[in-house]
Amino acid sequence: MLINFIQWSKKSLFSNWWNSLITLFCIYLLFSIIPPFINWAILDATFSGKLKTDCTAGGACWVFISVWFEKLMYGFYPVEHIWRINLSFIIFIGTIGFSFFVREKYKLYILFFLIFIFPVIAFILIRGGFGLTIVETREWGGLALTFILAIFGIILSFPLGVLLALGRRSELPVIKYFCICFIETWRGIPLLTVLFAAAVMFPLLLPSGTFVDKLLRVAIGIAIFESAYVAEVVRGGLQSLPRGQYDAAKSIGMGYWQMNFFVVLPQAIKTVIPGITNTFIALLKDTPLIYLVGMAEILGIVNMAKANPYWLGMAVEGYVFAAIIFGVVSFILSSYSQKLEKKFSTENK
Amino acid sequence: MKEKVIELVEVNKWYDKFHVLKDINLSVFAGEKVIICGPSGSGKSTLIRCVNRLEEHQQGSIVVRGITLSHNTKNVEKIRGDVGMVFQQFNLFPHLTILDNCTLAPTWVRKLPKKDAEQLAMEYLKKVKIEDQAKKFPGQLSGGQQQRAAIARALCMEPKIMLFDEPTSALDPEMIKEVLDVMIDLAKGGMTMIVVSHEMAFAKEVADRVIFMDEGRIVEEKETKEFFANPENERTKLFLSQILG
Repeated sequence: MLINFIQWSKKSLFSNWWNSLITLFCIYLLFSIIPPFINWAILDATFSGKLKTDCTAGGACWVFISVWFEKLMYGFYPVEHIWRINLSFIIFIGTIGFSFFVREKYKLYILFFLIFIFPVIAFILIRGGFGLTIVETREWGGLALTFILAIFGIILSFPLGVLLALGRRSELPVIKYFCICFIETWRGIPLLTVLFAAAVMFPLLLPSGTFVDKLLRVAIGIAIFESAYVAEVVRGGLQSLPRGQYDAAKSIGMGYWQMNFFVVLPQAIKTVIPGITNTFIALLKDTPLIYLVGMAEILGIVNMAKANPYWLGMAVEGYVFAAIIFGVVSFILSSYSQKLEKKFSTENK
Repeated sequence: MKEKVIELVEVNKWYDKFHVLKDINLSVFAGEKVIICGPSGSGKSTLIRCVNRLEEHQQGSIVVRGITLSHNTKNVEKIRGDVGMVFQQFNLFPHLTILDNCTLAPTWVRKLPKKDAEQLAMEYLKKVKIEDQAKKFPGQLSGGQQQRAAIARALCMEPKIMLFDEPTSALDPEMIKEVLDVMIDLAKGGMTMIVVSHEMAFAKEVADRVIFMDEGRIVEEKETKEFFANPENERTKLFLSQILG
């Protein structure tokens, strides 16, 4: 075991002088970063208490997180109604978990449920109506809002992106050039501009008396913005498909939509799973930008909390906490996509 | 007189400036087997791809089973349902099992109930002798098996006409026979067939007529026996001497 390790390290870490140098430098870096961080985050940290003054150990003050925890998770959502957010989340996770155990042919129904029915249920639960107290969207916030925006963005931008990608390859010039303009325009605008336009400018253009919820405007803005990126990723997949597949589908009498739905897209999307995952992770990490138009998802709450007079100087704890959450969620997304890739690649062989 | 199922009149086609098909006139009758041969680049494949409008022609008219091919998508789809096609590269759908490859069009184009579609597919897979491969994916099959599966897929639409675009050209020599056997069976069953192929033994066995194409033109068109016994055109003679050795 030890001999193996020595041999391995000789071969991979110290094979010549510059490799040795790089190895030593990396070891030095790790030693200068990891122990202090562990000291700060765990050994010297304070975990219990209620006030900033409870943190006397000199390390991280996790009291900050525990005091603000509810706000970080749910924003200013009324405490007595928080169960509604939790329930939606449980339904979401439960459905995905459930999908691992059912047979292939039912998965399509689950997908249908997640795309078309779940958003309605979640919206009614979280916003209210039908006997539930209405909670205005300006009270939504925290991690819940991050998830709401990301999930809404993914569910809307994916089909829209696929349609745009198909449209861009259409033989009908009107559709083709419309899609090209649409994609290029949205890719040419920074997300921040989209957010400002949706939050501030768009209401000015509406006839007086009409009103579209601000969160909805922003969410649609994000979804359309991302759909342009999804479209280009999917187009890459469409182009990788041999012409023979189109010929074969046409030759057995399939129409345009049947051909695309049953033959072209399943293969094209399979090849671009890594690219799509990439876009969705980027979307997730773009959501904190909404802080700039006055909405507070998790990072926004951190910014708000660290400015609280009683908790000044707690920025690092807040950011580390947010970073860990974003890290974990991104990791889950990318492992799920790897699982999908593996599943599809074995299926064909 | 038998019914004319395909009629091409003065068909011309260009790829940009390249003139691929020149004044093609061709009629095929119900139940007839026509073999098209000729050097590569002579327009054989393009010709049969025009018959189910995988390619558009620019001049002349193509009438298939009484329907004139035009931009009318509904007509084109209707004709494609009646005309099956088999490709050189098989073009099976790699993400579907062999059975699903076969049931896809019957279920969604012909709107058969799933059970009937599967029964139909198994029937044709049995006919091409790969019913035991039904649950496998195309990538798991040999070239010959894939091509037979592709034939079964086309037959599942119960077409009246079958087009074959060099069906054996991408196959290893030992697999050519199994595919040709299936095609011979099909021919004996009375199917109308247009086959682009250089398998002259196959042509002699099943073809009613052989057509020789060169540089986008039909150079020679004769009954099979006549074609092999008394070719008139110089290029046909040269081609036959090279291919028959």
